[in-house]
Amino acid sequence: MLFTVLVLIVFGFVAFIAGVARAKAVAKINSNAKMHSRIRYHGTYCLIWATIPALFATLVLSAATHYTIDVIIKTDFPRDVRQLSKSKQAVIMGQVRFLSNKIKNLRLYKDISARKAEQILKAKSVIVGDSPPFYIIEAAYKHASLESLSFWIIIGVTGAFSLVGLLLALARIQPRLKARIFVETTMMVGLILASIIAVLTTIGIVGSVLIESINFFQRVSLDNFYLGTVWDPRFTSADSNRGEGQFGFLPLLWGTFYISFVALVIAVPIGLYAAIYLSEYASSSFRCFAKPLLEILAGIPTIIYGFFALISFGPFLRDAGAMVGLNISSTSVLTAGMVMGIMIIPFMSSLSDDIISAIPQSLREGSYGLGATKSETIRRIILPAALPGIVGAVLLAASRAIGETMIVVLAAGIAANLTLNPFESVTTITVKIVSQLTGDLEFNSPQTLAAFALGLTLFVVTLMLNIYALYIVRRYKEQYD
Amino acid sequence: MATITNIAAAPSKSSYHRLDPAHLKRRHRSEWFYRTSGFTAILIGISFLCMIITSIVWKGWSAFLQTNLTLEVFLDKEQINPDGRTDLITLHKGNYRQIARNSLYKQLGFSKNPPLATRRQLNKLLSRGVDVQIRDYVLSNPSVIGQTIKIPVLAHGNVDAFMKGSISRNTPSDRRQLNDQQVEWVDKLHAGGALYRDWNWGLFRFGASSQPETSGLRVAIIGSFFMMLIVIVLAVPLGVAAAAYLEEFAPKNWITDIIEVNINNLAAVPSIVFGLLGLSVFINIVGLPRSASLVGGLVLTLMTLPTVIIATRASIRAVPPSIREAAFGVGASKMQTLFHHTMPLAFPGVLTGTIIGLVQALGETAPLLMIGLVAFVVDAPSTPLDPSTALPVQIYMWATSAERGFVERTAGATIVLLAFLIIMNAVAIILRRYFERRW
Repeated sequence: MLFTVLVLIVFGFVAFIAGVARAKAVAKINSNAKMHSRIRYHGTYCLIWATIPALFATLVLSAATHYTIDVIIKTDFPRDVRQLSKSKQAVIMGQVRFLSNKIKNLRLYKDISARKAEQILKAKSVIVGDSPPFYIIEAAYKHASLESLSFWIIIGVTGAFSLVGLLLALARIQPRLKARIFVETTMMVGLILASIIAVLTTIGIVGSVLIESINFFQRVSLDNFYLGTVWDPRFTSADSNRGEGQFGFLPLLWGTFYISFVALVIAVPIGLYAAIYLSEYASSSFRCFAKPLLEILAGIPTIIYGFFALISFGPFLRDAGAMVGLNISSTSVLTAGMVMGIMIIPFMSSLSDDIISAIPQSLREGSYGLGATKSETIRRIILPAALPGIVGAVLLAASRAIGETMIVVLAAGIAANLTLNPFESVTTITVKIVSQLTGDLEFNSPQTLAAFALGLTLFVVTLMLNIYALYIVRRYKEQYD
Repeated sequence: MATITNIAAAPSKSSYHRLDPAHLKRRHRSEWFYRTSGFTAILIGISFLCMIITSIVWKGWSAFLQTNLTLEVFLDKEQINPDGRTDLITLHKGNYRQIARNSLYKQLGFSKNPPLATRRQLNKLLSRGVDVQIRDYVLSNPSVIGQTIKIPVLAHGNVDAFMKGSISRNTPSDRRQLNDQQVEWVDKLHAGGALYRDWNWGLFRFGASSQPETSGLRVAIIGSFFMMLIVIVLAVPLGVAAAAYLEEFAPKNWITDIIEVNINNLAAVPSIVFGLLGLSVFINIVGLPRSASLVGGLVLTLMTLPTVIIATRASIRAVPPSIREAAFGVGASKMQTLFHHTMPLAFPGVLTGTIIGLVQALGETAPLLMIGLVAFVVDAPSTPLDPSTALPVQIYMWATSAERGFVERTAGATIVLLAFLIIMNAVAIILRRYFERRW
């Protein structure tokens, strides 16, 4: 695949040169007729014809051969293997692909039997210890030879497409050919396709999460999920088929909101006061020094905050609590909320700073002119004018806090508690998504699908917060512009 | 404003001219309050930053040092190849662990076979990976078999921790990971110069391992590198093209409005949701392998795309219209104007935006957990399709591992990640300074 693409790039370059040469020749012959497009566009014209149809052919063929080979290999499996569940078959296919890769790299598929290949693999310590069932090695061997066959087919077809495209394009070069128009239209199509990808991503998110969620809600009813107060997904072991577990969403929602609330209690005042100081009081040199420093906080990956909470902040709070006689567990609402608050401070401060700076200077000067001090201007003029923007910023910060994962995974705990005590550990939506989906998973079990239902809820909540926040900010902005 | 109105509405003419001193004091106090609390807020923010950085550097600097042990290894023919064959398979099967242990016994002045209990204690001074180290030495140079050679090998994680002071000498022997007897041996080796601390290349050379001293970041760094490569190759052209279309060509109608709102909201979707997308689309539907850095790269590309688009649009918008009009004036088409004039001028902004997007992508963890990059990978991946991990995921795995010795490694890995981020940010700042242009 990669090799084919590299070949195409080289071929495209050759096509460009050929096109330029041909166009020059055509221009010389028809020296009385003026060329519609410049020579360079004729080169690009040939390049497009030589590469793009061939590229599509490669993509389609790769997918098709990949699929066909899988089907062929699977029909050769013994009957009992073919009756296994889909995920177990996938594991076996994984083994086959791994061995097939090794066989290909060692070039073992030529002229030797699968038995011999097995021995060589053992000697090269690719297979260590017990070798897998022989049918897997046989399948891998067949897989490798089919793959090498399909590789040559793809190369051949791609080359043919490329060559035919180039020849057709060369034949069409003449003074009246509108090569520039063609090239520019192609580029335009490319640009439009690129912007559609962004939309496709959203459709992909909504579609994939929605389908799996519907799958989930067919097994667990909506009110059991959204109104249940016990989260106990009970990973069903193979032998027992009793309960599916309970999927009560409320403890997770409570944990999420509680931690976000603590984070906002830390971040909003600090961020807001920092923004007020930076935009109203600070000298420009202090601003140049302090603002980037605060923004470094925003650039630190959240896993580092999580690690900090786990290793330093959590134990510190626990020890500090023990000194005054409080029993703070080292993963608690307070730990996760405070560290998340630190993370949100720069977000809050730079958003508020933008909003406060956008307030017209004339308002301030009017207030000073009436004899108000700076603090009075801030309290009576600037904050009321900036209020909608600040509310928007708080909402954006809240959506950030709700969707944050790594800090809570490491610092909030995994027990789904419905508790008011900030010193106990709670869990959040994001933590449960992670814990439902890491490790060995059997797709299509409610335990796994629950993560998608949680993801959908999270997506909808944050989306609504964002849209509302952006709406408030935008409406407010229009007043002064 | 209320204070001002109060004054204006004051009943007597005298108080209108003469301000109430208590009132004035209160106003000044409020002034002082605002100024001080603003300053305090900034100080709190900056001190949090210092706290995080110091705590991590404090915990992690020692991860860059490793205790090594110079063993005088007698490469016993009996233990390696009694039949004298020197092919790879025979050499692979040699009992190198025993060779290392025997050498250690001898070095500490024991006869060939100390009692079993003592042997057990002694064996715990050597790393579990010591056999691989000696084996690789022999494999690279089979002619040394039968000779006695000084080979530096890794000391056990506990010895390392003791040398770095994280296992204290003052702890009672029964609660210490090294007992008094072992401490005595360590001191003896240290005094003889055999035990020494060196720069820890292993942190960058090893893959996953259950022992802290033989685990490293190699797989994670290569995996992250592959992902960054994929993000650059995919997100930059796609993002720039999308931004160019939306900014220069798109007609203003409801479709482009939807795209617009869409991109702004995509930038704010929680990262973990992108992981769900990757799991269900790339792995379940398309059938790409789990734990592959290719899938990670694709997911990170989708996450980075909005950042690149927003940055590119802003910098295209910053190019003054006069440039475009001049180009149109001399007969350039829209496409020519864009690619010959507007884009080159917008390039610095695109570059900085891209680097900022890459920095975010490099530190992103949550979506990668969903697509199986939490994996115990020993061998470095050679293609983006091989199982691998990423730097932040490795930090997560070490941070959650029960073994105490991993704390230091985790902090070390955090420093490595931060170093990469600082370098990338510095590059962005330098480029911005270098290319900056004011209209």
